[in-house]
Amino acid sequence: MSLQEYFHFIIIPILGLSVILVFIRFVKGPSLADRVIALDMLILISICIIAVYSIMFNQSTFLDIAMLFALIAFLSTTAYAFYLEKRERK
Amino acid sequence: MRDIIIMISSTIGVLFIFSTSLAMLRKPDVYLRISVTSKASTLGVGLILLATAIFFNEYSVTTRVIAVILFVFLTVPIGSHMLARAAYFTKTPIWGGTKIDDLAGQYDPETHELHSENRNSSIKPEKTDKAS
Repeated sequence: MSLQEYFHFIIIPILGLSVILVFIRFVKGPSLADRVIALDMLILISICIIAVYSIMFNQSTFLDIAMLFALIAFLSTTAYAFYLEKRERK
Repeated sequence: MRDIIIMISSTIGVLFIFSTSLAMLRKPDVYLRISVTSKASTLGVGLILLATAIFFNEYSVTTRVIAVILFVFLTVPIGSHMLARAAYFTKTPIWGGTKIDDLAGQYDPETHELHSENRNSSIKPEKTDKAS
């Protein structure tokens, strides 16, 4: 089994399954903090998917987008936490 | 040989990611979910990116991978701590099976300061049922 086949048939399905599991929590989540942490987890999984695709298609330029996603994940989590706290204080 | 190392590293990383997302669905409480996400998922992302760095074996790719890993390892604990603090201030309910809550009543509701003495008079989230 070559590396491409292994990634295509084993790694990508497990990652897709975990995206579905996190998305169920994103839809279901009782509080707002649940949804924010599910969004953070979705972005982290998408970084993994980008890294796996860059191995499968042998293109290292995809990793720039992964770097951008890591930035956006931190920014969105911090902004949501800040405004959640601000809304309570009012 | 290099293929086997890449396979092992990416498999362990993917298993960490999968167990984290399973825990996101199964854990009964916001605080437990935040704790799980900040611990296990950073290791999973780090291992998969390490597999990418071994596969390409170039300086330009390796520096990018190290930058992403450092950034994720630095920022995910900070972000999840901020989120847990905000969830505590908005009085998100705690799981009923929690034994000790050291923060109960220690935060000032106006200024959001933390008191170290026994105060026991301000923010205190309610407990939910053990079943849910």
